[in-house]
Amino acid sequence: MKHAFLAVIALIAISWIGSLVGLDYVFGVVFPYLAFAIFLGGFIYRIVNWGKSPVPFRIPTTSGQGKSLDWVRQDKLDCPATFWQVVGRMLLEVFVFRSLFKNTKAEIHDGPKLVYGSSKWLWLFGLAFHYSFLLIILRHLRLFLNPVPAFIGQIEFFDGLFQVGVPVLYQTDLVFVGAVTFLFLRRVLIPQVKYISFAADYFPLFLIFAIGATGILMRYFFRVDVVAIKQLTMGIATFSPAISGDIGSIFYIHIFLVSALLAYFPFSKLMHLGGVFMSPTRNLANNNRMVRHVNPWNDPNIKPHSYADYEDEFREFMVDTVLPVEKELPPEPEPEPEPEPEAAETEKPAEPAAEEAPAETPAEKE
Amino acid sequence: MYDAKYIIPGLIVFVALMTFPIWKNMGNAGPVPKPEKPVGVTKCIDSVKYMRTSHMKVLDDWRDEVLREGDRVPIEVNGVKYDKSLMNGCLKCHADKKKFCDECHVYTSVKPYCWDCHFVPKETF
Repeated sequence: MKHAFLAVIALIAISWIGSLVGLDYVFGVVFPYLAFAIFLGGFIYRIVNWGKSPVPFRIPTTSGQGKSLDWVRQDKLDCPATFWQVVGRMLLEVFVFRSLFKNTKAEIHDGPKLVYGSSKWLWLFGLAFHYSFLLIILRHLRLFLNPVPAFIGQIEFFDGLFQVGVPVLYQTDLVFVGAVTFLFLRRVLIPQVKYISFAADYFPLFLIFAIGATGILMRYFFRVDVVAIKQLTMGIATFSPAISGDIGSIFYIHIFLVSALLAYFPFSKLMHLGGVFMSPTRNLANNNRMVRHVNPWNDPNIKPHSYADYEDEFREFMVDTVLPVEKELPPEPEPEPEPEPEAAETEKPAEPAAEEAPAETPAEKE
Repeated sequence: MYDAKYIIPGLIVFVALMTFPIWKNMGNAGPVPKPEKPVGVTKCIDSVKYMRTSHMKVLDDWRDEVLREGDRVPIEVNGVKYDKSLMNGCLKCHADKKKFCDECHVYTSVKPYCWDCHFVPKETF
């Protein structure tokens, strides 16, 4: 946690110093482009890489009654068996985080008594966090589109519905910072969660918190020249970047932190943005018993080898070792009674054994 | 790659969404706002930089002082007195809302609620 915190502080310091010594163009144009390229390229790379992993059969984590006999009611969302049931399951997962909704917690009470209860806090704050983040990103489109589409104005209007202060306070800003704080405190205050938390868990939280904090400072407290900023962001979006006017360090800190987040994104846990769609424990129909799933890495030259073929191949040896066979050896043709006495003598003891074995198997089978 | 028929379209949608501003603008950054400066006046109540970033704060403070505390004493900057008023202060020099206020506000999608109460000044006399 300490290192993750220091890393974010270092990012802030780097961009602050950079903006003070006149590296505006580097932090305002070069790094954002670089970060966005890394983000897109890295994202595609990760997804394609995941796509190359074969999934030999269906491995969904189910938590409901699977499709069975007609009179057993199937839990279609928790144990989907068809494509559209999977679509339903995925939509609920992506839009309302259904798996988090089903979180439980275990507690030991006096007795000792083990009690399981539902735990919705992570779901609630996770949902609040993600949706406010989405609205904030959509609101930022006002800096990247000219003219600004009407739907962004609608979002801004409802986000600032209470008209608190000037510039109008956005509720998503409060919810966002509150939810990030919750997600952080959860990691610190719950011993079990703290135990499994690493720098890779803390760093994104600190980084995202710092992005929110710098954005809020920039909007409500320091106040910057938004027209100059939009000229820069429009320049970035139209590949003709130019910095006009004095924008202020807080903007460069903010945009550098965002660049860091974008560049970090594909190589971190944040890839759950793409991963949620790729998760084989969630996006597969539980139809192992209805559809034959061929292992994709099977060598096509190796043909299926049924038991019947196997027995055909080894029947003689099986009969020899008195193993039961389903099909007897063909009755031996006996038109060879004339060979030398020596060979006949040696073969003779074997013959009764061979005749005995077929005699045994039908008896055994019945 | 397995399941390319789902993954490739998904990636295309993702990239299209992420690059939305790029292909929406098509390299055209659009007109840059040019707020009309008042004729014959060169000084405002504060520096250009401060007015650009914080004029809303000034108006908000004035609103509170005038309406909630009843303090209507004009402010004096460099010997010039200014009414603490949008209509009788700012708009005295910046007479044309459309050519001054709206230029930047429309550009940056800012919709101040001044005009919920104030009448928009007539544009032509």
